[in-house]
Amino acid sequence: MLKFKSTLSSVLVAGAFLATSVSGAQAETLRLLTWGGYAPDNVIELFKKETGIDVEVTKSNNEDMISKLRATGGAGFDLAQPSQDRIAGAQFEYDIYKPLDLSKIEAGQFISSMLEGTKSNTTVDGKIYGVPHIWGTSGLIVDKSKAGSVKDYTDLCSDAVAGKVSYRLKRPTLIGFAFSMGMDPFAAYGDTAAYQKILDAVEAKLISCKSNVKAYWSGGDALMNLIRSGEVTAAMAWDTGGWKLNQDMADVTFVAPKSGALGWIDTFALPRKTKAEDAAYKWINFVMQPKIAAMITASAGNFTASKGADEYAEDALKARFQDSFPPEAIDNIKWYPPVPAGIEDLEGKVLDRVKAASSN
Amino acid sequence: MTGHNHFRLGLVLLMAPLLIWLLSLIFIPHIDMLFLSLSEKVAPRVYETGLSNYAAFFNEPLYWNTFARTAVMSILATFLTLLIGFPVSYYIAKMVRGRVRAFLFIMCMIPFWVSELVRTFGWMILLRETGVISSFLVFTGLSEGPVELLYNDVTIMVGLVYTSMLFMVVPLVTTLDSLDDSLVEAGYDLGGNGLRVLRKVIIPHAMPGIVSGCIVVFMLSLGNYLTPVLLGGKDSMWFTEQIYTQFITRFNWEQGAAFGFLLLILSSLIVWGGLKITRQTLSNTMG
Amino acid sequence: MSDTTRDPAIDLECRELTKYFGNFCAVDNISFSIPAGSFFSILGPSGCGKTTLLRMLAGFQEPTSGELSIKGRSMLGVPPNKRPVNMVFQHLALFPMMTVGENIAYGLECQGVDKALILQKVQSVLERVGLPDAINKKPDQLSGGQKQRIAIARCLVLEPDVLLLDEPLGALDLKLREHMKVELKQLQNQFNTTFIYITHDQSEALVMSDQVAVMNNGKFEQVGTPQELYYSPQTDFVAAFVGENNRWRASVRGAEGAVLELELPNGMTFKGTAARKEAFGAGDLVDVFVRPEAIMLSKTQVDTATFDNVLEGQVDCLLFDGANSRVLVKESNGNHEVNVTLPQTGEFNDLQEGQTIYLGWQQAQAKCFPARDFSVEE
Repeated sequence: MLKFKSTLSSVLVAGAFLATSVSGAQAETLRLLTWGGYAPDNVIELFKKETGIDVEVTKSNNEDMISKLRATGGAGFDLAQPSQDRIAGAQFEYDIYKPLDLSKIEAGQFISSMLEGTKSNTTVDGKIYGVPHIWGTSGLIVDKSKAGSVKDYTDLCSDAVAGKVSYRLKRPTLIGFAFSMGMDPFAAYGDTAAYQKILDAVEAKLISCKSNVKAYWSGGDALMNLIRSGEVTAAMAWDTGGWKLNQDMADVTFVAPKSGALGWIDTFALPRKTKAEDAAYKWINFVMQPKIAAMITASAGNFTASKGADEYAEDALKARFQDSFPPEAIDNIKWYPPVPAGIEDLEGKVLDRVKAASSN
Repeated sequence: MTGHNHFRLGLVLLMAPLLIWLLSLIFIPHIDMLFLSLSEKVAPRVYETGLSNYAAFFNEPLYWNTFARTAVMSILATFLTLLIGFPVSYYIAKMVRGRVRAFLFIMCMIPFWVSELVRTFGWMILLRETGVISSFLVFTGLSEGPVELLYNDVTIMVGLVYTSMLFMVVPLVTTLDSLDDSLVEAGYDLGGNGLRVLRKVIIPHAMPGIVSGCIVVFMLSLGNYLTPVLLGGKDSMWFTEQIYTQFITRFNWEQGAAFGFLLLILSSLIVWGGLKITRQTLSNTMG
Repeated sequence: MSDTTRDPAIDLECRELTKYFGNFCAVDNISFSIPAGSFFSILGPSGCGKTTLLRMLAGFQEPTSGELSIKGRSMLGVPPNKRPVNMVFQHLALFPMMTVGENIAYGLECQGVDKALILQKVQSVLERVGLPDAINKKPDQLSGGQKQRIAIARCLVLEPDVLLLDEPLGALDLKLREHMKVELKQLQNQFNTTFIYITHDQSEALVMSDQVAVMNNGKFEQVGTPQELYYSPQTDFVAAFVGENNRWRASVRGAEGAVLELELPNGMTFKGTAARKEAFGAGDLVDVFVRPEAIMLSKTQVDTATFDNVLEGQVDCLLFDGANSRVLVKESNGNHEVNVTLPQTGEFNDLQEGQTIYLGWQQAQAKCFPARDFSVEE
């Protein structure tokens, strides 16, 4: 199998492989596999000034990170930022990460409840694989002037917004609809049969809802365009997207759904064949400083797990956050527990069937 | 004898870069993919050899429906490309000369100077509900409200035909160029009307170009990913999208590899069938 | 259309036919008519407009002005596939992807002839052109001459009123060309169809044709039987283009009716005839044409009583070519050269260069036209 992996990698991710094998020769470079906005240029510059280390950023998403690391057996990058719920399953199945040495991380910089939660969620065989970096939620982006009636995921299927709706065909949609339909998918994570039952109900709902959908979005920019042009008035998306739009369009903002926004935490995790481990720890400690964390918040639009960074955050962003999240909504956030191996296969088939179903 | 051997050695040396290239970039990865497609995942980190990935294709209607849909749409796209490309090619090859001809040929090529992604986004700007065409229709009063022209199968078809046009026009122009004008004139002179001359003289002559153009366009459409994904609607399924999904979002490489092989085999079968129906052989088409 | 006023025996008639390509006049106001069943050739150098004329007859080009009718029916605006004419193309244009049988059947299928009848007609025409077994062959399996016959059969099976032939012998080698000339003439007799044949080869035109039109610069110089063209050319171009000729520039010393007293630049004097009987005055320059075979060759002094013009000279050069052998004779007291046919009677087989020889020709054989500079290029 290892041989397959190495050869396949050359085909699948030839670009990444080539780029990394070339840059791997230089000693002081940190190859960071992360999300857009998580490593802004000004932070990279400050880091270089302080440590002399170059940071090379590859923008990615959860699935892509796992695919890239799986293709190379955990090589090609020195630090990755998967969501905390996607570490344990992927590690268990593909063995792509390296346990963290917590002694090299300044725990005092983290909001301790978040650090402890992430540590326990990313533990496999007693070893810890992730520490938190940025957190946020996904829920609804709504144009209140046109789709004010949308308060929960299932409202996307109401006639009021027919043809003006967009969401992704990915697992958060399944989870969100399940909660909105009064079920608790997270509680069923351990029980495949029960989980399948939930999925079946969600599948039926999504298929009947299909005629309401304008398009399934796949990239954040595509969704932004749809909403900006007014072609879509209600969508399932991340909170930052809604807040960004709110800057130009007063009516559009992020709404925490009645059944609860879905909370995620993106982490720091070491790829198994990282070549710049020290640089990786240096980066983690560097960006968790409150001032630097605030710079990242400004760029990414989401808050970090850095203790005390809120003080430095923009007031406008804080105001938007408070508008979207009244205190009871914060308590209602459904934090993703680790995804057990295997259930993504079940979800995949449901998503395929929804895509293939005819919408009439 | 020694002369012969020298020649052989020279040939081998000349061919070596090509062979190495073929072996390392095409052959070996495919062997890997074959093995991959034959391994079944029974539990995390546990694999067995078996055909279940292939069986999944035939047992799950979703998958072969997707393939059938992709194949039918690709055949239709090929046919439409031929229908539009033939008159264009005939015009370029036979009706114009010199500069105009070079100009028209370049006009056909210009869209290919930008990446497929940019071309596809171009179509999206034109066709979306708040796009250029929709706004124009509303502005001129031809339509009461905005019209969504994106996200359906017709849009995919437009995109595929547009993307493939050059690959149809080039072989057609080449074969039509070699058609002696006097054959066409003889076809008319002996009493044939335009349709008969087209059917009996021009098409038989252009057949190798038609077939090679069709094969290329069919394969390109079948293997296209961006156009169906970006222009297609919420119902549109494309087989390459399914392969991509299996590899990238499902981490199910074994299934993806099996789909990849099925695509290779089934598309080869379709091309073979097409050659049989038109009574052409691959060698006289490509030669 | 006043069909009834036309002579029914006329198959094809052109009146004031003109074709311009931009400012260039390819066919200049040509009028002629061709009787049914005749073999009519249009002879001219390349670029004279003969191909344009033929393509107008076939319908591939529309005339700029003028009238064109076949069997009394105007052909203006009638597309090629609706005209009762067929064309044998320069390179024959047999359809390479069809068999011989399919090639011949093509036109019949266009006419909607019954399938069984088509087969019958195809077989019968193949027999008539002497290739009864060729029906299933592909054109590239045939020899040049066989292809020729198939190309003609493909047209004749349609029984056209007029068959157009565009230099079809041009691509053949010499021997085959000679053979095909005879064969074409025989085929024309056999099918009794009007043939219009264009060529730049005067021998093809002379051998096969009932009537020949000599064409130059978009105009017909002269239309007539091969004999008329050969013996009584009406223009200097025809005299120069049809057959071999000695061409001299001379000045007129005196005229007596059509008979002219001429003087060459080197002082030599002789008599000639004004070809078109026009009047010349003393001092006029003329071009004189004397055919090599019209000059009598003799080893002894020629009798001035039997010939109007006599000349003594030396053999300058012997050009042996069997029946077409020539001898170049240089006049004794000047440098004037005369091209003379060498009779193959045996008498001159021992002729030597430098040998003194005597020439004689009648004044009627020296045809005079007003002097004009032009060149004849095939």
